[in-house]
Amino acid sequence: MEHKLIVSPSPHVHSGDTIQKNMYNVLIALIPAFLVALYVFRLDALIITASSVLFCVGFEFLIVKYILKKTPTLSDGSAIITGVLLAFNVPSNLPVWILALGCLFAIGVVKLSFGGLGNNIFNPAIAGRIFLLISFPAQMTTWPAAFPAAGTTDAVSSATVLGTLKFAPEALPSLQSMLLGTEGGSLGEMSALALMLGLVYLLWKKTITWHIPVSILATVAFFTGILYLFNPLPLYHPLIHLFSGGLMLGAVFMATDYVTSPMTKKGMLIYGAGIGFVTMAIRLWGAYPEGVSFAILLMNALTPLINNYTSPKRFGEVVKNG
Amino acid sequence: MLKTFRIGGIHPKEKKISAGEATQSIAIPDQVIIPLSQHIGAPCQPVVKKGDPVKVGTLIGKSVGFVSANIHSPVSGTVLKIDKALDASGYKRDAVFIKVEGDEWEESIDRSPELRKVCDLPASEILHKIAAAGIVGMGGATFPTHVKLTPPPEAKAEILIINGVECEPWLTSDHRLMMEKADEILVGTTIVMKALNVQKAIIGIENNKQDAIKLFSQKTNGYPRIEVQPLKVQYPQGGEKQLIDAITGRQVSSGALPISVGAVVQNVGTVFAIYEAVQKNKPLIERVVTVTGKEVKQPCNILSRIGVPLSNLIDMAGGMPETTGKVVSGGPMMGKALASTDIPVTKGTSGILIIPTLEAKRKAMKDCIRCAKCIGVCPMGLNPTLLMNLTEYEVWDRAEKNHITDCIECGSCSYTCPADRPLLDYIRLGKGKVNGIIRARKN
Repeated sequence: MEHKLIVSPSPHVHSGDTIQKNMYNVLIALIPAFLVALYVFRLDALIITASSVLFCVGFEFLIVKYILKKTPTLSDGSAIITGVLLAFNVPSNLPVWILALGCLFAIGVVKLSFGGLGNNIFNPAIAGRIFLLISFPAQMTTWPAAFPAAGTTDAVSSATVLGTLKFAPEALPSLQSMLLGTEGGSLGEMSALALMLGLVYLLWKKTITWHIPVSILATVAFFTGILYLFNPLPLYHPLIHLFSGGLMLGAVFMATDYVTSPMTKKGMLIYGAGIGFVTMAIRLWGAYPEGVSFAILLMNALTPLINNYTSPKRFGEVVKNG
Repeated sequence: MLKTFRIGGIHPKEKKISAGEATQSIAIPDQVIIPLSQHIGAPCQPVVKKGDPVKVGTLIGKSVGFVSANIHSPVSGTVLKIDKALDASGYKRDAVFIKVEGDEWEESIDRSPELRKVCDLPASEILHKIAAAGIVGMGGATFPTHVKLTPPPEAKAEILIINGVECEPWLTSDHRLMMEKADEILVGTTIVMKALNVQKAIIGIENNKQDAIKLFSQKTNGYPRIEVQPLKVQYPQGGEKQLIDAITGRQVSSGALPISVGAVVQNVGTVFAIYEAVQKNKPLIERVVTVTGKEVKQPCNILSRIGVPLSNLIDMAGGMPETTGKVVSGGPMMGKALASTDIPVTKGTSGILIIPTLEAKRKAMKDCIRCAKCIGVCPMGLNPTLLMNLTEYEVWDRAEKNHITDCIECGSCSYTCPADRPLLDYIRLGKGKVNGIIRARKN
């Protein structure tokens, strides 16, 4: 035999799909929201996002190489996503050293101490944001006004929509400005429209399925819809809740993190409904005006349990034969 | 919306580059090797010995046990020896070596090209002839056909489904057979309908074979009880359970046979072999084999006697490319990688796929990122990543509870995994183990 043949079990072809492709699709889907952030916060948005990515990638490289003593696999792109998402979850005027601490916590504690990509229980960006929110409540809840006047880099603190809703409902902004992203808030949660554009891209590329984002949004709409029917206060307005705060960012990009969300369709629906419910419970009855991060973190913790108790719909299981 | 099966599925690139190549015959070599196990079930008992003269169609291996199939000499000549020979399984197993002399056929075989439409035989006689001719499922599974056509007495077949799906990428042997032997396939279908006593047959063909759909739609005008059903291109639609679901909307439950929903499925190649056996007394001694691949000079479809070395077929397709890394018997999704091309064509050889070295190597596996894409594509609705983990940690009771034995080994999970995890390798291993445990429990 002139040829040495390779013998391996079937299948002998592969789709060509890779972890990188999926991660880069998420990054592409984040571009519209990033552009809105750039437009609204100008240079600050760039500085925060770039340094967050740099910190996350840098910490991952250093920890994997010098503490874990393994070959760093930065090319999978997951550290970049964590960097961008964490940046999107903080005010644009957050001091960079605080941001660096958040990145260190997200990458070092939440991701790598559990074994790195694929093995972490909590979404690193969500956990990083909550770490910062609890450790630096003042800096994390002072948002600069949108469109800072030229030359003034100092933050003029402005309330977010949800803050206004909870504490001063008479001063609510219009729905249109919430959709387009001209109200105050964290970097990436400005425009619900831009985030929905990202969702459409992810669905088109089959990076994610509709189950998680739709079940979150539907639960929030249903929950507030019922309250609004009985008591039509702005506090209960479904559209305000859907388009404000971190809900859209969380529903599209944070809750859909592969690693920390359930794997079966049924499980995804339960998980999404749980996030929607906890978010609204915190928003309406909790001490914080916003609850998406806590809701996702809580449901992350329940994900192994959900995976254990849900299974895919099996062939021949429930189909009526006719 | 075209019909297809309802759970999972993938659409790999079709690559059917040999679809337009008319079937050509290959010369018979000086010596052939006929393995005595070319089917699922018990190997045959040889009924010839060294020095015996044989003709084309002479019985050389007799089936033993219920699930087994006769084997006939595909050539005329003298038996050289009965010895071990390498086959597609990778093992050396019993085979009959025959020195070829001339091409003399058994007198009982009708070699005329004339179409014999009428079959007056009763069902029992048809089944007897199919069993005698050693016909097996030619889509690749090689399950003895007479066994499949003998449903348990309490079951009743209602519909016959003819599998013209050929969902494996690259392969075109069934497609060519449909284009060139449509009349014979239709007569064969009526024979099977008679054997099963069913009133309806549906031929399922995927939508990437427009010419075959058109041809059969015209030809079935003369057969009021046979219909053609075009299907959306989706792998693994040629899987028996998937095809029944796609065509009838009925799902065979876990562990049950297709007959439980009243369906019997036969591959077009099998139906053609049944026509030849019943109407022409011709045993299964040859078949169409696709030889194809990215670097293959002349991808083609070859009508080959059983026992011809695969290397001869590859030579006919322009020789083994320099870049060859892997030779697969069958399609890229479910075919078997071969250690050597010196093995013979057998009843189940639907194609030879030659894969260049660059595409033959697997990539290193990464940690599972729990993207759940394997769950999304599994046509049996299983959780491949869970089953892989359960196998890795040898948790057999949970593997059984999660229906590892339902796996049809289509490979959609491994094909899809972005982390290049060898899901099917593990599941296959676990499935074997769990099946063993189940058998042991019954005994």
